[in-house]
Amino acid sequence: MRTLMIAQRVIKELLRDKRTLALMFLAPVLILFLMKLVFSVNSQTDVNVATVNVSTSLNESLNKDSHVSIIKYNQNKQALRALEDKKVDAAINYHDNNFYVKYSNVDASKTNATKLALNNALLLNSTKRMKQQLQKLQSTLGIPVNKVMSSSKPKIYNSYVYGNSKTNFFDKIVPILMGFFVFFFVFLISGMALLNERTSGTLSRLLATPVKRSEIVFGYMLSYGVIAILQTLVIVLFTVWALNVEVVGSIFYVILINFVLALVALAFGILMSTFAKSEFQMMQFIPLVVIPQIFFSGIIPLDTMAKGVRVISYILPLKYAGDALTGIVMSGDGFEQIVIPIVVLLGFLIILTVLNILGLKKYRKV
Amino acid sequence: MVITAISINDVSKSFDKQLVLKDINLQISEGKIIGLIGPSGAGKSTIIKIILGMEVPDSGTTMIFNQKMPNRKLLGQIGYMAQTDALYEQLTGRENLKFYADMKGLNKRDAIEQIKHVARVVDLVADLDKRVSGYSGGMKRRLSLAIALLGFNQILILDEPTVGVDPALRKQIWSELQKLRNEGKTILVTTHVMDEAELTDEVALLLGGKIIADDTPIKLKQIYQVESVEEVFLKAEAQQR
Repeated sequence: MRTLMIAQRVIKELLRDKRTLALMFLAPVLILFLMKLVFSVNSQTDVNVATVNVSTSLNESLNKDSHVSIIKYNQNKQALRALEDKKVDAAINYHDNNFYVKYSNVDASKTNATKLALNNALLLNSTKRMKQQLQKLQSTLGIPVNKVMSSSKPKIYNSYVYGNSKTNFFDKIVPILMGFFVFFFVFLISGMALLNERTSGTLSRLLATPVKRSEIVFGYMLSYGVIAILQTLVIVLFTVWALNVEVVGSIFYVILINFVLALVALAFGILMSTFAKSEFQMMQFIPLVVIPQIFFSGIIPLDTMAKGVRVISYILPLKYAGDALTGIVMSGDGFEQIVIPIVVLLGFLIILTVLNILGLKKYRKV
Repeated sequence: MVITAISINDVSKSFDKQLVLKDINLQISEGKIIGLIGPSGAGKSTIIKIILGMEVPDSGTTMIFNQKMPNRKLLGQIGYMAQTDALYEQLTGRENLKFYADMKGLNKRDAIEQIKHVARVVDLVADLDKRVSGYSGGMKRRLSLAIALLGFNQILILDEPTVGVDPALRKQIWSELQKLRNEGKTILVTTHVMDEAELTDEVALLLGGKIIADDTPIKLKQIYQVESVEEVFLKAEAQQR
């Protein structure tokens, strides 16, 4: 009963704080929209390459790549100067039967694109040469050319388990971002709210009534749980309808995961607020608590990390939510697959909640 | 027979090795207004926190109606007003009162009736549906007092209830406190205003973590051979040094 009243009061307070409300509901939408713009546009890198002493056929092969444009130089010096002046991204010098390539390497993706283009062009050239030699051989042997060489080049037909040819990095991180926004805003705002109760003295006053400590913690959970469901709905609907992100699995599961994650964030926020004396000190937990979770949430692929480092991710709640959300959104994971992350998150939740109820003993001994 | 409402026995408390309260003994009988006076830092708020069970004394016991504190259920019989206003600024006065009425466990009908009554006592009827963030300092203080008056309290513990309240209203509040006392309620008030101390039934003088005097204002004045409680306070403080 008191739990319900506390939840009601927390929600009422939050609804009247228009700016905080806007932060919770509009900020994620705005950030997602901006990320969509940033990651979707210009996903191809165009490179300018200077060539010196490179054969015409290779130059032609390089030029076939629509993202590579070639500028020919007679001397290596000129090519290097062009590289220094940032007119080109790489300079290819051919002498003594070898290619000497110098990259500006300001943008690693351009360096990689150049390397790839050069390899492709060399491959293309050598097959062309082989073809010519084969033709010569065939004509000397008197075999009709088209008999051997007629087999047409096979075409490649692409199809995708998830998304389409336009699927990019943004689509990969969207599921994780959904979880992250819920975690971040609930953590921050609930932590601030409870901190405010401590500093304004309302918490002491509340504890001077016969309310149970657990009723306070559960009241907060209930209210922020409801807020988190609404926030998740806004984020999910926006990504699905406005940003055209495909959700393969059930949206209900997405909301479920985010709901549990929000409760963990809430319990975490309340616990952290115990160690903060002011709003500014609460902000100081962002680099300590929130940022590391982004690194290990799966935005950066975990399997590329060193094993020792990867272990850290197992103690971070956002990793489990990120895994589950990625599974639901991208491969349509059902309940059997997400049950383990949910259990782990609930484990976090129980531990943090017990700590919170005990932590309130600081303010009242019973 | 006199019933002891609040009983503090040999209570000592220290924070970070600094002794704040030293062997405090204080018996407060039911139906009395007790003024707890002392300079700031004397330990007044600590005594209040121990009575409420927010702090546990290092030694000694506190009893309320013969039940040992801390005791969560007993808090339903105690109205408490802290030194800070402790209000929810985003809510209206009425919503603040309603919330604390719920926390006190009042049923709907009692809550509505009592809110009406306490709002009249602190003269906030007209402003009850305005948000607290728009209240003046005095209005906040009054609302805070109104919250403490909510519920079926046997004991009221008021930490500086009349700071920032203008004289006419202060008089009204004190007459309400006296009315409550006449109904049999026990009221513990800390105050800096010495003429308010004259209005109490008993004054406990707290100096250096010890209760150095505890008697009716008239008796205290006789003992110290002075005209007012203020002079009692000054003389007692001078003797301590």
